[in-house]
Amino acid sequence: MADLASDAETQPFWDGIAAGELRLQRCRDCARAVFYPRALCPHCFGDRLDWFTSPGTGTVYSYTVAHRAFSPSAGTPPYTVALIDLDEGVRMMSRIVGGGRVRIGDRVELEITRLGGEGSPTLPCFRVRETA
Amino acid sequence: MSPRRRAAIVGVAESEVGKTPHLTVLSQQARASRAALAEAGLGPADVNALFVAGNWSWAPALTLAEYLGLRPDYLDGTNIGGSSFEAHVGHAAAAIEAGVIDVALITYGSTQRSNRSRGAARPPATLTEQFDRPFGLPQPVGAYALAANRYLHQYGATGEQLAEVAVSARRWAALNPDAYYRDPITVDDVLDSPMISEPLHLLDCCLVTDGGGAVVVAAEDRWADLGTHPVEVLGHGETTTHSSIAQMPDLTVTGAARSGPTAMRMAGITHDDLDLLEIYDSFTITVLLTLESLGLCKPGEAGEFVAHGRTAPGGEMPMNTNGGGLSYTHPGMYGIFLLIEATRQLRHDFVSDPDRQVDGARLALVHGTGGVLSSASTVVLGRS
Repeated sequence: MADLASDAETQPFWDGIAAGELRLQRCRDCARAVFYPRALCPHCFGDRLDWFTSPGTGTVYSYTVAHRAFSPSAGTPPYTVALIDLDEGVRMMSRIVGGGRVRIGDRVELEITRLGGEGSPTLPCFRVRETA
Repeated sequence: MSPRRRAAIVGVAESEVGKTPHLTVLSQQARASRAALAEAGLGPADVNALFVAGNWSWAPALTLAEYLGLRPDYLDGTNIGGSSFEAHVGHAAAAIEAGVIDVALITYGSTQRSNRSRGAARPPATLTEQFDRPFGLPQPVGAYALAANRYLHQYGATGEQLAEVAVSARRWAALNPDAYYRDPITVDDVLDSPMISEPLHLLDCCLVTDGGGAVVVAAEDRWADLGTHPVEVLGHGETTTHSSIAQMPDLTVTGAARSGPTAMRMAGITHDDLDLLEIYDSFTITVLLTLESLGLCKPGEAGEFVAHGRTAPGGEMPMNTNGGGLSYTHPGMYGIFLLIEATRQLRHDFVSDPDRQVDGARLALVHGTGGVLSSASTVVLGRS
């Protein structure tokens, strides 16, 4: 992965992506989902976090269409970067793939893909399932 | 309540701003520091505290202290992005109140404009950045664009309202001979400028310049000997809400909602008392969100707040009176320039230019923003 360096704490997440799954953590003490992966629950400071597989459905919280290139592995602009509120109650940055106009409130589903062609990282992206 | 040992800004200066390939981050800070101290009638031997923010050394305060020949007994390298310097003023005032220091030197320098041609390869995204950077958001503009789109969606605000911020800033810049861009612009000019990251156009974005600045804060025991009218630090607040924009709890509410009330309460004033605003304008959206979070207007009403030239020269609430980061200068971390301008306005430095001088200015609110709406730091300054 040219653009990102995983570590012991995040490897299970990226292993999941490589296996076609979106794996998140859940706190055993307060039952809330946690993203990104970490050692402590940011809600209750508990340190008992379990991994689970998310169905990868959510809602577009906001988005922007980038018209300037950022890094070669991110693909050629214009492209849509979005903040996705997953149904488990966590928010992640991602990309909308599959074309079409995006709106805030659109329902989206996971699509794991490479953005910059062969050799670029496999990333959890989303496609629009239902327009707001 | 025991009386506080008061602190005031007693000297301010910029280095050369704009394109300065002949200067380094160190020489910029040296020039600004010398000028700010000289204005106050102070010298290096008076400085016993040094405050520096930057990313040009693993320990900027050490590098700069050595370069300037200072051996301060109090060092603060707090780096929370562009709002660092408002935080530094608050920290300096607290240290003065506690009797730990007497004279603080706060500095910043940047060569980001001159560095631009050197396209260095970026290292891989590590730690929390691995969930942020691979998706190609242009930073920092893309993060502010995400906030802007959410704001427009939530309140039915418009690109025209964002553009008003840039138009007013340019009108102030026309009065500032040191401003980078001084030609008038219209709302249509902003909307017709190239799209960078929707909904933000080129003219919604701050400049990329070189530059540096310095601010000297002194305890009240020293004011009588000094050469400038002291500008008192009346209140301060700071906070953070997130680092990555993906983790910002609500994209329309910034940390100003916490830092602002804290600073106002400490100063014992209300919004109606304010004569001018210096609000960090990295992007037009930064200003609208900040005005609402500070409580200067209701959520969704900042567009109306800045409309009809209300914050432009001659308006009822002058804001960003040097032209701001949008038109005057923006060397990466803009916050020190907000303090410099507010101080000059409160000293009435521009009396010979009545258009530029806010008439009879006595109280200013200075608000810094750092990162991607990540940090907020508010300072209330008053003419003593």
